[in-house]
Amino acid sequence: MGRYVARRLLQMIPVFLGTTLLIFLMVHILPGDPIRAMFGDKGADPAQLASLREKFGLDQPLYMQYFDYMKKLFQLNFGETFGGRPVWDEMTAAFPVTIRLTIVALVIELLVGLSLGAWAGLKVGKAPDTGVLLFTLIVISVPVFIMGYLARYVFADTLGWVAPNVDDSMDITQLLLPGFVLAMLSMAYVARLTRTTFAENLRADYMRTALAKGLPRRRIVGVHLLRNSLIPVVTFIGTDIGGFIGGAVVTEGIFNVQGVGNLLFRALQQREGSTIVGIVTVFVLIILVINLIVDLLYAVLDPRIRYA
Amino acid sequence: MRGAKSAKWVAGAIVVALAATACGGNDKKSDSGMNAGKADPNGILVAQLSEPQNPLQPANAKESQGSRVLRTLWSGLVDYEPGTGKLVNVNAESVTPNEDSSVWTVKLKPGWKFHDGTPVNAKSYVDSWNWSANTKNNQTNSSWFQDIKGYTDVHPEKGDPKKTEMEGLKVVDENTFTIALTGPVSYFAYKLGYDVWAPLPESFFKDPKAAGQKPVGNGPYKFESWDHNKVIKVRKFDGYQGPNKAKNGGIDFKNYTTAESAYSALRSDQLDWIEQVPVTALKNYKQDLGDRAIDQEYSAVQSIVPAFYTDQFKNINPKVIQGLSMAIDRETITKTVLNGTREPADSYVARGVLGYKPGALGDITKYDPKKAKALITEGGGVPGNKISIQFNADQPHKAWVDAVCNSIRQATQVECVGDSKPDFATDLNARDGKKVKSMYRGGWVLDYPVNSNFMRDLYGSTAAGNTSGYKNEEFDKLSAEADKAKTLDETVKMYQDAEQLLAKNMPAIPLWFYKNNSGQSKNVFGKIVYGQDGDPIFTDVQVKAKK
Repeated sequence: MGRYVARRLLQMIPVFLGTTLLIFLMVHILPGDPIRAMFGDKGADPAQLASLREKFGLDQPLYMQYFDYMKKLFQLNFGETFGGRPVWDEMTAAFPVTIRLTIVALVIELLVGLSLGAWAGLKVGKAPDTGVLLFTLIVISVPVFIMGYLARYVFADTLGWVAPNVDDSMDITQLLLPGFVLAMLSMAYVARLTRTTFAENLRADYMRTALAKGLPRRRIVGVHLLRNSLIPVVTFIGTDIGGFIGGAVVTEGIFNVQGVGNLLFRALQQREGSTIVGIVTVFVLIILVINLIVDLLYAVLDPRIRYA
Repeated sequence: MRGAKSAKWVAGAIVVALAATACGGNDKKSDSGMNAGKADPNGILVAQLSEPQNPLQPANAKESQGSRVLRTLWSGLVDYEPGTGKLVNVNAESVTPNEDSSVWTVKLKPGWKFHDGTPVNAKSYVDSWNWSANTKNNQTNSSWFQDIKGYTDVHPEKGDPKKTEMEGLKVVDENTFTIALTGPVSYFAYKLGYDVWAPLPESFFKDPKAAGQKPVGNGPYKFESWDHNKVIKVRKFDGYQGPNKAKNGGIDFKNYTTAESAYSALRSDQLDWIEQVPVTALKNYKQDLGDRAIDQEYSAVQSIVPAFYTDQFKNINPKVIQGLSMAIDRETITKTVLNGTREPADSYVARGVLGYKPGALGDITKYDPKKAKALITEGGGVPGNKISIQFNADQPHKAWVDAVCNSIRQATQVECVGDSKPDFATDLNARDGKKVKSMYRGGWVLDYPVNSNFMRDLYGSTAAGNTSGYKNEEFDKLSAEADKAKTLDETVKMYQDAEQLLAKNMPAIPLWFYKNNSGQSKNVFGKIVYGQDGDPIFTDVQVKAKK
């Protein structure tokens, strides 16, 4: 186990280097000069442009820029925004918001998705199954932003249960609606995944054995069936957390949540290389770590899986 | 990449929001009672603001957001009277030119204090301008000081500055200083109304970077806090000596992720003023907000500009451009496609600017398909019989570009297509790199309300705003003479003549003047008054007392 984890951690290094290089190159391939864009329609003074480029190191050849960036990164220095703020400060303000949003979404996704899926899976072919199928079909086919505006219209504008906008992004109760919208799509997938594996595992040999042993139904379903059905769901959720952070760009925009998605969107608009690469670097780390955790979870859920 | 795909979806979201807001349009009658109740002199106004791009230093706000905050924190020497554009003294007792307007003497009102209690004197101004003009200090508006003698010492065309002080600036006594210019500029005092000419306290120079995060000014409001990407708070400065004392207790400038979310916050009175109604709500916002809707013209113009370095327009007969201009049905497009958010332009100079003459361009801006066709034929036709209009797709320009193209195509049978660039930065790159294929979209918001700002700074052959490669020696000569004129009136008059010259020469096709389509919440007492630059006069906004 320990060796396995160590090997996985070592493997992260080339993945990490590769992705940062790719993102760095992508940002710099984008057409348009961010420094020039600061001056807008009014035209820019060449001497000032040159001086600003020098200040942000944009006058250096690309490989030097990358080298400098990586050198700083290993000292945990993410560089500065064009506005002169450390990217680290921007990120430490935005990440807690998005992490909260992701947790809210994850909890909703698991609670609703798993129970819907289990319900449908236990009653295959009956009304609950068809109902869940229909519901998830609708959710999957409607894009997130429509869901967002619809949810706001229904819950905020018409019913008045919540405010239409998030006023304080750190307040978790205000993040319930955006979290719900963010979770919708994945929730539908989780429900379907759970339903299928439940239905499949219901016919498995160990189920018959457990039934024959005379175990109470609660224990059969709650422990034996649920635990064995969780493996594909856990895999899905692992990859999905990355998706949440991407989906947050839309959801955060709709509900005025000042999180990472919003920060990234703005940085992209302004071609602020340091912020974009910084955020994506952290994304990459998060996803690598989550993948590792997911792989380790398999062993917990299924004793047959062993890592050496 | 999922993130990139999602970004595109945001644009698509607009379409949906249209539907959503359309549904929400009629459920509430807007009986706002704007003038009912009492104003609270200490009430806090909540206004919309996106995160400023740069630190809050007076010469470092090239965009409207930073500038909005700076204007509450600082008071300059002079300001413009709303409506007329006339110059009024604020921190200055007097600003007087010498005989040929090449040396200006500024006398300050005594007794003014910065928010930290230190006095505002002649030195505060001189030091501030010297610092801001210096290339090394990386202020985006540094070129504003180029009229001052000695500017090239602190801001050479290439390389490091040789000096830290401009020889044109001299402190005479505590409250007097003189400004020597490289040549006569009769309207120099008008330029002084812009943010960049603000004074700076001594504490600024010790740590300019920190001061940009925690600015100390001399204006009607003092800085309180800046929670990045969320809110900037400014509060009434009790020691303020100027004429424009704040009528409210302060302003919270709040950041909203989208125009849609700001609009919905306004409708639920979480936010008291929005910058702009989202495109999707333009059709309904007047019903939604009733008399709280704001619909106000400001001094800015949008044009389409031929790229004169292209083969197509290199040796063009101006009659062809006049013809294209007359092929555009401005009335209909502004009313339908643009939902009344613009007013048809009839001049190069925007309304509300000193020297604006209604109908200055005569028939050239009137829709007349027959004459348009005749003019184009007379001028030898459009080379290639096809034009394209470059625009940036990250702003809602496509609809009107298509409409303009349709109008031209139908009136003259000249093929016309939009040439979309993904965002503003890419658009600007093509303009600066002289890679525009045919024509491009240009916009200009006033810097100071004199007509020269809409001509010399855009069409002068060396102007920074001239990216079309337009060169007209006669115009350059005329504007140089106009700048040297004895009085401001003469200058304005001479620029009006220059405008007639441009009408014959057609450096651009003016389309329309901008309007503010905005709104205020039920917490605001009375209607918000706007300045010429399209921003509210925040000191005059009153907040209703809570019952």
